[in-house]
Amino acid sequence: MGKYLAKRILFMFLTLFIIASITFFLMKIIPGTPFASAAKLPPAQLEIMKAKYGLDQPVPVQYAKYIGNLLQGDLGISFQFNNTPVSDLMFKRLGPSMQLGAQAMVFGTIIGVLLGIFAALRQNTWVDYSATFIAVLGKAVPNFVFAGLLQYFIAVKLGWFPVLFWKGFEYTILPTIALSIFPIAISARFMRTEMIDVLGSDYILLAKAKGASFFEIAIKHALRNALIPLVTVLGPLAISLMTGSLVVEKIFAIPGLGEQFVKSITVNDYPVIMGTTILFAALFVVIILVVDILYGIIDPRIRLSGGKK
Amino acid sequence: MANLETKISKDRFQPAIIDSAKSEEINKPSLTFWQDAWMRVRKNKGALASLIVMVLLVLMAFIGPLISGKEFDTQKVSHNNLPPRIQGLENISWLPFDGVKVNKAGKEINMYEVKKVDEYYWFGTDALGRDLFTRTWKGTQISLYIALLAALIDMIIGVIYGAVSGYYGGRLDNVMQRITEVLVGIPTMIVVILMILVLQPGIISITVALTITGWVGMARVVRAQVLKLKEQEFVLASKTLGNSDGKIISKHLLPNLAGVIIINTMFTIPSAIFFEAFLSFIGLGLQDPLASLGTLIDEGFKVLRLHPHEMIIPAVIISIIMITFNMLADGLRDALDPKMRD
Repeated sequence: MGKYLAKRILFMFLTLFIIASITFFLMKIIPGTPFASAAKLPPAQLEIMKAKYGLDQPVPVQYAKYIGNLLQGDLGISFQFNNTPVSDLMFKRLGPSMQLGAQAMVFGTIIGVLLGIFAALRQNTWVDYSATFIAVLGKAVPNFVFAGLLQYFIAVKLGWFPVLFWKGFEYTILPTIALSIFPIAISARFMRTEMIDVLGSDYILLAKAKGASFFEIAIKHALRNALIPLVTVLGPLAISLMTGSLVVEKIFAIPGLGEQFVKSITVNDYPVIMGTTILFAALFVVIILVVDILYGIIDPRIRLSGGKK
Repeated sequence: MANLETKISKDRFQPAIIDSAKSEEINKPSLTFWQDAWMRVRKNKGALASLIVMVLLVLMAFIGPLISGKEFDTQKVSHNNLPPRIQGLENISWLPFDGVKVNKAGKEINMYEVKKVDEYYWFGTDALGRDLFTRTWKGTQISLYIALLAALIDMIIGVIYGAVSGYYGGRLDNVMQRITEVLVGIPTMIVVILMILVLQPGIISITVALTITGWVGMARVVRAQVLKLKEQEFVLASKTLGNSDGKIISKHLLPNLAGVIIINTMFTIPSAIFFEAFLSFIGLGLQDPLASLGTLIDEGFKVLRLHPHEMIIPAVIISIIMITFNMLADGLRDALDPKMRD
């Protein structure tokens, strides 16, 4: 276990290093200039600007400096957003994104698990079919389409919730629903299959035989065992929430990381793009590692070191 | 028991004739793998309905731009932002095809009368007065084209990579596996966005960006299958007969992999459609006047409150495409590989 962990963590840092390097060199060959008014500036002034941000040095020097700073947690200074250090800029925006992601994750899995349970208990009835239909919709419909339509019909037309911004709990409800549609779909599908599997096993038959009530069987015996494998989908779900946050935050004008990322792309703010990319990548690899370790703890049958069948 | 004996007389019972020549006879026609799979897909109503809807959509993607009688990039600013109006359907009041728009005060106005337009725009027009019916189907065409091309490239790279890695094994496999491990560790979203930033949006660059990490999934599945298959007797037999590695892979292993490859490709297509639309939505899509479903949704979203039809129509089409592809892929998976059922 210890050896496996060490290997995985080493791999994690290697991946992050590769991502940081790729991002750096890609940023160097991107066409376009980071300075908003570059066309109007006289060449001398442009040189001064470049010198200020260290862009006049040869690329290998810039690269070494960048990696050095990165190791110390310094992600550079934003070109566009009032010369704020990138880490400050991102730190400020981490809160809303984290809250939104956590809410969507919790809400999504709870609703999804409930849907899956009801579908499995009432297999091949209208309950099952409508749960399956919701799952198909949630998996297939792109989240920005869903978020856009939700905003238009619920917030603009019906006026039940605020349309934009991030000023209190009622502002978080629609974005949370928009973001949680994918977790709902995936966990409902997964839960249904697992529950049907468990409900067919011998110990459920025994519970029935000893006269346990329907709900006792469903909750005490079946649910517990069906919930365990759900951990396996939590990783991919968390990652999908990261992708989703980009568009959902844009639609609802939420001051989060995703919105920052989209904005910095449109204005060519290299340090912010690089910083956000590395942060996203770091979250990504950490989530994958944590989920892999969780599998091993929860289900010892899954061999940690192998990983391939 | 005694009752029964009295009711049925004994002479009605006869010993069955056992013909040993016929005992080995096969009554049902033997089915090939594909006939069997098709039978199972046909039983799955959702998958079959999806297939029909999908065929209709693909047909419309090609026929649509031709039958509207308008070009997808012709601008007519005097006809801008018109709501949809369709001949025949315009008189049915509950359908949204009467060219009527509700303004901010809640009053219904027939925009066609206000702007004195005699033409019919079936899906309305956009901010530059371009016909949305033509643009929507043209966009569907381009979205499907990007997705199919990306899926095809993913398939080719993934199958070759996975087959070589799995078949040869040893050190080569080890090196190739380390490469895929690193690639899997990089989030697709970030690679795709960075690649588009470098390459500049266009049909080819979006396709390339989608395939950079897209093939890894296919490669892993193919490798796992090849590892299993290559130990089987028919491969050994082929080797004994002196066939080359290339021939064994292409003649013996690949046909056995067809099911897995098809399933995987069917799941790649909707995810490619999604990523293309996703890129458009965050401002990295195709450039005007080209349209894809993603750019149409992005443009429509900007004016959603004033002219909802401009986003809702392409949004509905992309959703239908995604749903049908997903359902057909599920159906195919169940039909081709019952072990993979979830």
